[in-house]
Amino acid sequence: MSVMGKTAEAVPTGTREYLTFRLDQEEYGIDILKVQEIRGYEPPTRIANAPNFIKGVVNLRGTIVPIVDMRLKFNCAQADYNSFTVVIILNLRNRVVGIVVDSVSDVMELTPESIRSAPDIESAIDNSCILGLGSVGERMLILLDIEKLMSGVDMGLVTANE
Amino acid sequence: MAGQARTLEIQIGPLDRLEQADAIKELFRDIPGLGAIRDIESPQANTRSFAVETTSTNDDLLDLFAFHVAKEQVLIRDAAVPASGAAADEDEETVLVAGAAEGEAYGFFSEAPGAPRADAPHAAQAPAQAVKVAAAPKASEPKVAMQAQMESTTIRVDVKKVDQLINLVGELVITQAMLAQNSRGLDAGAYQQLLAGLADLDRNTRDLQESVMSIRMIPMSIVFSRFPRMLRDLANKLGKKVELVTLGEATELDKGLVEKITDPLTHLVRNSCDHGIEMPADRLAKGKSEHGTITLSASHQGGSIVIEVRDDGRGLSREKILSKAQERGIEVSEQMSDAEVWQLIFAPGFSTADEVTDVSGRGVGMDVVKRNIAALNGSVEIDSAEGYGMKVSVRLPLTLAIMDGMSVGVSDEVYILPLSSVVESFQVNADDVSTVAQGSQLVKVRDEYMPVIALEKIFQVPRFDPNKSSNIMVVVEADGSRVALLVDELLGQHQVVVKNLESNYRKVPNVSGATILGDGTVALILDTGGLVRRARH
Repeated sequence: MSVMGKTAEAVPTGTREYLTFRLDQEEYGIDILKVQEIRGYEPPTRIANAPNFIKGVVNLRGTIVPIVDMRLKFNCAQADYNSFTVVIILNLRNRVVGIVVDSVSDVMELTPESIRSAPDIESAIDNSCILGLGSVGERMLILLDIEKLMSGVDMGLVTANE
Repeated sequence: MAGQARTLEIQIGPLDRLEQADAIKELFRDIPGLGAIRDIESPQANTRSFAVETTSTNDDLLDLFAFHVAKEQVLIRDAAVPASGAAADEDEETVLVAGAAEGEAYGFFSEAPGAPRADAPHAAQAPAQAVKVAAAPKASEPKVAMQAQMESTTIRVDVKKVDQLINLVGELVITQAMLAQNSRGLDAGAYQQLLAGLADLDRNTRDLQESVMSIRMIPMSIVFSRFPRMLRDLANKLGKKVELVTLGEATELDKGLVEKITDPLTHLVRNSCDHGIEMPADRLAKGKSEHGTITLSASHQGGSIVIEVRDDGRGLSREKILSKAQERGIEVSEQMSDAEVWQLIFAPGFSTADEVTDVSGRGVGMDVVKRNIAALNGSVEIDSAEGYGMKVSVRLPLTLAIMDGMSVGVSDEVYILPLSSVVESFQVNADDVSTVAQGSQLVKVRDEYMPVIALEKIFQVPRFDPNKSSNIMVVVEADGSRVALLVDELLGQHQVVVKNLESNYRKVPNVSGATILGDGTVALILDTGGLVRRARH
């Protein structure tokens, strides 16, 4: 009985794990279940006439995967490619997409109570794609609905009529 | 054709995968006016049952369902008559007998053309309590025997597993290429055994790749082989004389495509036989031979597979289509080109048949054909001459086909051209290139002028080395016209595996797909058809 009580305490309902990553000075969190793997950055094959934040496509064990640079998408001041640059491979509704970020920090558990709703502010991100702001001690995480963000028409990953 | 609304119970099965029946539900959603469908509990685990309200006849429904499930698997009964298990079995038996009788009836009528053929189905429908349509019970017996024979020598494997295998082998080949590269500098004497092992590895991986690739490909003859019988039965039924000619049976097609192309093709062949080919007497009167000919052909054309259904029948009538379209409230004008007029027959519910037969003419069909083919990223084209026949070309992309490619370099980038569309390549002299208005260029090759497309420009390739420039032209041909592509260098020819860009990304103009090169990087495959169209416009 006591054991069961403990497990219930350790995993309160609604707690989800988020992978946190850094873009410039900001920290973002995405649902860990959408993440397939994390890789180092390798130069992709450029695709003509694509928006500048779509770096191109890479070969991921036989699958052609488009690479989106989130730093360019979110208008970060710097977007360098060095040995620390990381690509997060996401698996979204049978679609595989890679996103380039400055660094991956860690995986965090967040309870619904520690997530605040985001204020309406002007930003490069559509407000409906922000799930909320998670606060962990001093840190503030911007929680993204990465699935919605990636399937938006302005991402250029899908054609408008799909 | 439309009777009053009826409430039916439709049982589909036994099915391997119950999801197959979901496609039926989509039909009801997609086709306006067909009626309503909802799931009900099914008596058996491997079947699905639906309650349906519709005004269409059972035959109409069966024709529609045939795109997704075999007719033998569909059981339609009036919902008003509740069928307990035992009673249902009895019903089935009685109707099987009825089915056989029906089959004979057709045989009888076929000798007397002009007899009211529509009677038989109506008569069968009148008691419509449980109509199990068994497509010629005689036919199913040899089929079962053949299947049993096939099963002993074949295994059924999920396509996903094969795809995974292909991907893994691809990785293996790349790793092997890397090892070969790294071992090149080694001293042959000191590392004799290692080098011999690597040579063996090279040969083995190549063989492995080849045999794995061939798993998914099956020849078109598998599809074509079902048509002679179908067409003979149909021609007998309609009192027509039809010959079937098949060409390009050895053309190999991806297994997934073969399965999906069979039903649309069946529909097209039935259309040709019913609407296209005239009655023997009419044909003689027009000075044609008594026998109509339906030609089925398959061929590879510039990175796609083209399957043609051609008949020498009466062809499409422009006036008839236009007037029918006007009746239906579709906006038309006399100025429309023939191709645009032919496209009208793809509208849902469109039919120019004067009378509705039990084979076709109800107007459900071409739209479904088009939708099914569009779902495979393919296209349907119609060519017709009234009085001489018509041709329907189904063009399908290669989802997974090995293609001979020619790799060309532009600055630091590599692009692949389908070798089948490459005609020649040559070093260009500045004198041969002339510029015409709007800055487009023409090159003269042996007294023929053709437009020049600089890959550097259309793909906006960045230049890092100002000393390098494009001075090689590759002439490609697609859709019957030629253009010259301006590139930096020719890198080589090799077999490439066509990968779909659209599965994770989207369609890119002038690019038909992507492939993985020996060093693991991705190269884009050019859509020569698109490039030619671009230049000729």
